[in-house]
Amino acid sequence: MRESLFIKIFLICLTCLFVAGVMSDSFAQDRFPRPEFDSEYQKPHTHAPGPQAKFFEIFDIFLLATLLGLTSYFVLKKRSRRAVFWISIFSLGYFGFYREGCVCAVGSLQNVSAALFLPSYVLPIGVIAFFILPLAFALFFGRTFCASVCPLGCMQDVVMLKPVKVPHWLSEVLGVLPYLYLGFAVLFATTGSAFIICRYDPFVSIFRLSNDFGTILYSAGFVGLSVFVARPYCRFLCPYGVLLGWMSSLSKKHASITPDYCTQCRLCEGSCDFGSIHKPSNGRIPERKAKSVKRLATLFILAPVMIIVSGWAVSNLDVLLSRMHPTVRTAEQVKLEDAGLVNQTTLESRTFRRMGTETSALYSEAQAIQKKFHTGGWFLGGFLGLFFATKLIRLSVLRPRIDYEINQTSCFSCARCFMSCPNEHIRLETLKGASLEPVERVS
Amino acid sequence: MNDKNTVKRRDFLRDGLRSLSTLVLGGIVGLAAKKFRSRATVWQIDPDVCTQCERCSTHCVLALSAVKCVHAFDVCGFCKLCGGYHRPNSKIQDTAAEHQLCPTGAIKRTYVENPYYEYTIVEEKCIGCGRCVKGCGSFGNGSLYLQVRHDRCLNCNECAIASVCPSDAFRQVPADQPYLLRGKQRQT
Repeated sequence: MRESLFIKIFLICLTCLFVAGVMSDSFAQDRFPRPEFDSEYQKPHTHAPGPQAKFFEIFDIFLLATLLGLTSYFVLKKRSRRAVFWISIFSLGYFGFYREGCVCAVGSLQNVSAALFLPSYVLPIGVIAFFILPLAFALFFGRTFCASVCPLGCMQDVVMLKPVKVPHWLSEVLGVLPYLYLGFAVLFATTGSAFIICRYDPFVSIFRLSNDFGTILYSAGFVGLSVFVARPYCRFLCPYGVLLGWMSSLSKKHASITPDYCTQCRLCEGSCDFGSIHKPSNGRIPERKAKSVKRLATLFILAPVMIIVSGWAVSNLDVLLSRMHPTVRTAEQVKLEDAGLVNQTTLESRTFRRMGTETSALYSEAQAIQKKFHTGGWFLGGFLGLFFATKLIRLSVLRPRIDYEINQTSCFSCARCFMSCPNEHIRLETLKGASLEPVERVS
Repeated sequence: MNDKNTVKRRDFLRDGLRSLSTLVLGGIVGLAAKKFRSRATVWQIDPDVCTQCERCSTHCVLALSAVKCVHAFDVCGFCKLCGGYHRPNSKIQDTAAEHQLCPTGAIKRTYVENPYYEYTIVEEKCIGCGRCVKGCGSFGNGSLYLQVRHDRCLNCNECAIASVCPSDAFRQVPADQPYLLRGKQRQT
């Protein structure tokens, strides 16, 4: 008897709790009751305009592939600079000014690296297509993406009016920057800190015709520079260009200056504003073989040392580099405030305190991020060490060249040098009236 | 003869490396395929995490922010004294500018029936500061909240507001469900 009474009371309590739970759930937000109107009044609907991303996603991929194919065809088969120019004007207009620059292939490398390392990061199909397609094309046809599809490249290409020749040593030194940029961009993307390529994109504020004053000044500076230095961003900063260069250096078919063979007439020597033409090594005095072998052996032994030393060095910058992550910055600020070392609070620290999370949780999160930076620093340093070692080895090896050749790594396949070759004129029969005795092939 | 051999070795190396690169590219696609979301993503604010710090109004790459206040009419109490419309401690509950919380007067107040009033956001005027959101949240049902408006948003790869959002309220949501709306009126 007693027992059944207890059970009944228990059941009643349970029902009450359940009802209370349901009630509190449905009225959780309502401090004021929702009105019941006597008049004919109808509540308006919340207007929610949809994004256009869905349609453009597929269309952009299609257009990207088409333009890459067209450029490859016009560069390799038709050898037409004019077609490349008009394609680049179209890309600049569409991908640049109409689609306003996002997402671009250059920035997509951050999304891909973030997706590979951050568990919660999702990758839309459009982004991965923008990352892979230009690289795949470069692997077979050279950097045709740079020639006339990349809006950043096209922007610089069309304003290139009076390019000066950058000395070889200077362009070699500045050529280090893209590798640094690539390394740091991947490090910051994989740690979820920032997308620095997007943040310091020089032309996006021109495409959008809106940004803060500093960014517009920076963009205007880049455009001004592009008038006198041919494609400064592509050559001395673009991190995606590094990947494209690797692919292009292995490319199956690549544009060549001459349509058939080189006569070493030197006419193409000055035709490349980007310094991407290798000169023949005829005149150089070869050094003693023993000497070069010895130097090469030293460099090969030195390479692992360089990798380890630079890996160690960069991994020790973890505390400094991790400040790029907002959570680490907040944690440091909160720590300073708690220690009484600063008087002023920041919006971040105030927000953190308002959210009511434990300080220890924030600290351990920041520490985990710093640890990621430590590991990432080893990889970044190792990559940079490897790069410098490879660079030294390449510089120390003298590769014999007979003809004028394109430097496949840095060539943008812009098709400008073609018309400087007399054999091209013979092919196109533009020299009507002149006696057209083909020049003897040398060697 | 030696020359010929060198060329062959070089070509062989190049072919090998090219195949390797193809494999690496394929591998990246494969690895990333796990993270595939065949749909595009767009930026959106989680209204439950947003703290209305007012940075949305100043940090968007657009001169007039893509973030606007949205009103869930389903949740609204249609009060005469509105925490999102009137300044705190304003004694007179009328539409005078000096009693309004919104710095640009972007909330339109219309009489429905006694004692109810309808509040509508005039999007052209809204700068996305979220002051009304804060007011409605602290004295009201929380029917006002900030959302990225997708007719304006450029969908930057790195959202300039998201990178400075102190409460990390921005996230990328599927493009076919681009809003994190409140109330029953959830729609695309």
